[in-house]
Amino acid sequence: MLLLIPLLPFLGYLVNVFLGRRLSKSVSGGVACLAMLGSFGIGVVQFWALLGRAPHARMIEQTVYAWITAGDLQIPFTLRFDPLGALMVLVVTGIGFLIHVYSLAYMHEETDWEYARYFSYLNLFAAFMLLLVLAANFPLMFVGWEGVGLCSYLLIGFWYKKQSAADAGKKAFVVNRIGDFAFIIGMALAFREFGTLDFREIAFQATGLAPEAAFGLISLMTLLFFIGATGKSAQIPLYTWLPDAMEGPTPVSALIHAATMVTAGVYMIGRNAELFSLAPITMQTVAVVGIATALLAGTIGLLQNDIKRVLAYSTVSQLGYMFLAMGVGAFTAGIFHLYTHAFFKALMFLGSGAVIHALHGEQDMRKMGGLKPHLPLTYWTFLAGTVAIAGVPGFSGFFSKDEILFRTFLGGHRVLYAVGIATALLTAIYMFRLVHMTFHGEARFATVPDGGHGHGAVPHGHDAHGHGGSHGGHVHDAPPAMAFALVVLAIGAVVAGYVGLPPAIGHLVGVDNKIEAFLGPSFHPATYQWTEGGAHGASTVTVEHSAEAQVPEGGHDAAAGAAHGEDHTALEWSLMGVSTAAALGGILIATFFFLWRRDRADALAAALPGVHRLLQNKYYVDELYDAALIQPIKRVSETALWKGVDATVIDGTVNGVGTLVRGSASLLRLLQTGSVRAYAASVFAGVLLVLAYYLAR
Amino acid sequence: MPSLNHFLVLSAVLFAIGTAGVFLRRNLITILLSIEIMLNAVNLTFIAAGRHLGSVEGQIVVFFVMTVAAAEAAVGLAIVIALFRQRETLNPDAFTSLKW
Repeated sequence: MLLLIPLLPFLGYLVNVFLGRRLSKSVSGGVACLAMLGSFGIGVVQFWALLGRAPHARMIEQTVYAWITAGDLQIPFTLRFDPLGALMVLVVTGIGFLIHVYSLAYMHEETDWEYARYFSYLNLFAAFMLLLVLAANFPLMFVGWEGVGLCSYLLIGFWYKKQSAADAGKKAFVVNRIGDFAFIIGMALAFREFGTLDFREIAFQATGLAPEAAFGLISLMTLLFFIGATGKSAQIPLYTWLPDAMEGPTPVSALIHAATMVTAGVYMIGRNAELFSLAPITMQTVAVVGIATALLAGTIGLLQNDIKRVLAYSTVSQLGYMFLAMGVGAFTAGIFHLYTHAFFKALMFLGSGAVIHALHGEQDMRKMGGLKPHLPLTYWTFLAGTVAIAGVPGFSGFFSKDEILFRTFLGGHRVLYAVGIATALLTAIYMFRLVHMTFHGEARFATVPDGGHGHGAVPHGHDAHGHGGSHGGHVHDAPPAMAFALVVLAIGAVVAGYVGLPPAIGHLVGVDNKIEAFLGPSFHPATYQWTEGGAHGASTVTVEHSAEAQVPEGGHDAAAGAAHGEDHTALEWSLMGVSTAAALGGILIATFFFLWRRDRADALAAALPGVHRLLQNKYYVDELYDAALIQPIKRVSETALWKGVDATVIDGTVNGVGTLVRGSASLLRLLQTGSVRAYAASVFAGVLLVLAYYLAR
Repeated sequence: MPSLNHFLVLSAVLFAIGTAGVFLRRNLITILLSIEIMLNAVNLTFIAAGRHLGSVEGQIVVFFVMTVAAAEAAVGLAIVIALFRQRETLNPDAFTSLKW
């Protein structure tokens, strides 16, 4: 049953990739959507099955076959469905399905084959991501890990005839490869240390160990895993691929940013929570890198003019929050933010897609403005996402972000907390800047939005302008398929947070933090009293460990446990107040600068030319990498490797062998005289020699 | 009663005659005949050795050699005829065009 979850999208991929040329758009799109819907349905069924069990028995496992068996190394193809996996599966399939539906309309202008190709990649992407989140051991997860990397390459470079798109795809692939390399080394270390690569078994062994005081093997291992995560989840120093990934079709951006791919790193750390908890140095690094990324991306996002790039940097920034949460040990809060973020980020990307769609491919916010009356549905849904991400109380982003900041504060990380609040302020500013520049103010777009017909002069440059012929060049709101996805996601963006009410509010209304109770056991797998499928051999260990694990659980979750205490309620309220102030303050600042007094924004930019240029050029990080890494590598490749090694050594060897053979052959061929008698003579001489040898012996 | 050595000496002589014929004569048919002499010299060795050792295998091998010799003669003569039709000569030195 579990196998079907990744298998259905994979089958959809096979259908579209092999039969796509012959299928009409409705069939290929329908197959892809149904595959996702089916997989979502199975996910929901399994989720209910999980909910029906006791909290510490919530695990479903399926071993499909023994994948790798080599000496001590036993790697079964095992899928495991626990609360963390369940949440991820529901996010990937649920949001993935909505993105599929949205794409039906968005990609409609492509040819049949391109359309099928698009949906096949999309399905493959989902299949690999599902494999990643369901995998029960590192190597299997790595298959999904690499798979999503491949699919991101294919989808970012979907319009491969466009040079920038092809480059962006390549960049994503190469940058990810750096992280993957570290991940592989980490896996090797883990196998050396624990003798197994199964997450649960590693967690069992990890529970018995004391946290490393100094930098040791586990710190190194987790640090390597974290480098892998920075590649996938776009953190410093490997975040540069994500903004460039905007070259792909907009729904793909939504898929990469919300449901799949970038969440993989956060998920991976959550999956190995026990292991990471053993390495305080790594945790510290994770938290610092996370918040630094959040701040850096937030500041860059302030000055981007491409609507999708702003969203891209906001994703990087929000991922930074998730890593902050992971780093301070608030795993539940991190995954909770991942989950709410999936809703509002998918919503905003799809909303921006609707705007781009309406404006025929225009992505520059300076050429938008005043779109609110023309795109009411897009506007209202987008606004829901924006207030959610900005952290306005009552919307999903508020609950998750506040939870992270609260836990950070409670963990004693005051500096991180302060930076977190500053980033929250930045988030509100750049998001509302986006809204104001796009939807409010005066209209700056080229098309006359009068709803009339026959604007033939409008360039239909947008590759994915998907719409029937009924509309001319005027601005039109999202077609039904797109509207459906937007509305569902908007509802999600508003209400998704209520599963994780902060304790202070929860006490008032008498509702627990449901998501914490649900996810909690996932981060301490040793507490599972789970015996189904005893072939695993770990069941006895389970019982053994669970007894002692109950004790340290309290210690592990010191912050979580204390958070339920009454004494923090006042603190919680005040911190919530700070967050709210940051969100509302940010909105106010954005409204002031970008709606009421645009001249002030320009004046501010003129007053700080250095800062302005630095931010506009994204801190010159791309240029820095280019100068520090790419150019030297290119130069070494060209002079030493190409002209030195390749041209002289390798070519020399090959040509030398050729010359040698030809030279010796030109001598040896003289033996072939053509005379039968000469041949007979040499045979005779040979016989004599052999004979002489045997006689003389 | 001749001993094994007698037979061996005789076959060696025959073999030497055949070899000399192969190298010294300039006629393809004679060369083929010389090869036959060599083969029969070998046959003689087999028979003699077989008899000396009291085994029948020597004779068995001889039958094989005779069969091969017959086939060889048939093929060889056919080639000789074909060559003669080409060049109007049987001198092996005339057929050296198959070289570097």
